[in-house]
Amino acid sequence: MYTFLLSKIEVGSHLYVNFGDNLHLHGETVFVSSLVVALLTLFLVLGTRNLQKIPGTLQNVVEVIYDLVKSVALTQMGPSYYAQFLPFIATIFLFVLGSNWSGALIPWKLIEIPDGELAAPTNDINTTACLAILTSLTYFSAGFKIKGIGYFARYVKPSAFLLPINIIEDFIKPLSLNFRLFGNILADELVVAVLVSLVPVIIPVPVMVLGLFASSVQALIFATLAAAYIGEVIE
Amino acid sequence: MVDSIISAASVVAAAIAVGFAGIGPGIGQGNAAGQAVEGIARQPEAEGKIRGTLLLSLAFMESLTIYGLVVALSLLFANPFVGG
Repeated sequence: MYTFLLSKIEVGSHLYVNFGDNLHLHGETVFVSSLVVALLTLFLVLGTRNLQKIPGTLQNVVEVIYDLVKSVALTQMGPSYYAQFLPFIATIFLFVLGSNWSGALIPWKLIEIPDGELAAPTNDINTTACLAILTSLTYFSAGFKIKGIGYFARYVKPSAFLLPINIIEDFIKPLSLNFRLFGNILADELVVAVLVSLVPVIIPVPVMVLGLFASSVQALIFATLAAAYIGEVIE
Repeated sequence: MVDSIISAASVVAAAIAVGFAGIGPGIGQGNAAGQAVEGIARQPEAEGKIRGTLLLSLAFMESLTIYGLVVALSLLFANPFVGG
């Protein structure tokens, strides 16, 4: 396969883990995302293990995150339905935030792997596609669960000739969610990598800080959009 | 020979994709930021709310550029037309 190498920046090269003939996993993505899940679980368990009336540092952080996610879900879905989708929105938010930040905050360069490189799992399009498809499935099932068969009335609103556009929209939504997150994170890491290859010290730091900020905004946007899609279906 | 022509065309196409994708969102982001500043000047107490909305909408506009970037990156790094 044609690969374009820009001073050890490798896009599209992965550490393949093979199971049998047909099943291949991107080893570094699976490894880093499981690590992110483990760290998030640890953080949440430690933060909520011993709840106090006057919260300590860790509990404060957890409460801030909960308030943020709850306000996102509440504004998008309304007070009567938000509670049952809050866990999904919170999971999406925390996983995307954790994955995005893991690429920048953990010094992966110190660990050499035979092929590809360790980085944020969200710069692999498979991770973001999975998240986007999960969002799609969630809003389909939310519509069925809450509206029953009347869910399909949504496709001929506001008028019947918009049916094809409404159907196309169902495919566009996960596609744009997917590309937005993937493109942002990959662009971020590429900019940092190019700057590092030009000037290795000090200069890339502001860009890295900007990247941290941008990736947290992306996590918020992914969660907001997922909530908005669900809210649109059940309203 | 055909491969090298396709590679050259892909590089030019990638540049054009990013370049043109930057124009529209640039104008849009400028407009949005200008209006936000105007809003803050008119109503300084609403600054927090305006900032939040502005950042969110800027990120939405940014994603349009990112679509162009995704096309450019797939042309550069994972070109479906070159080789096998």
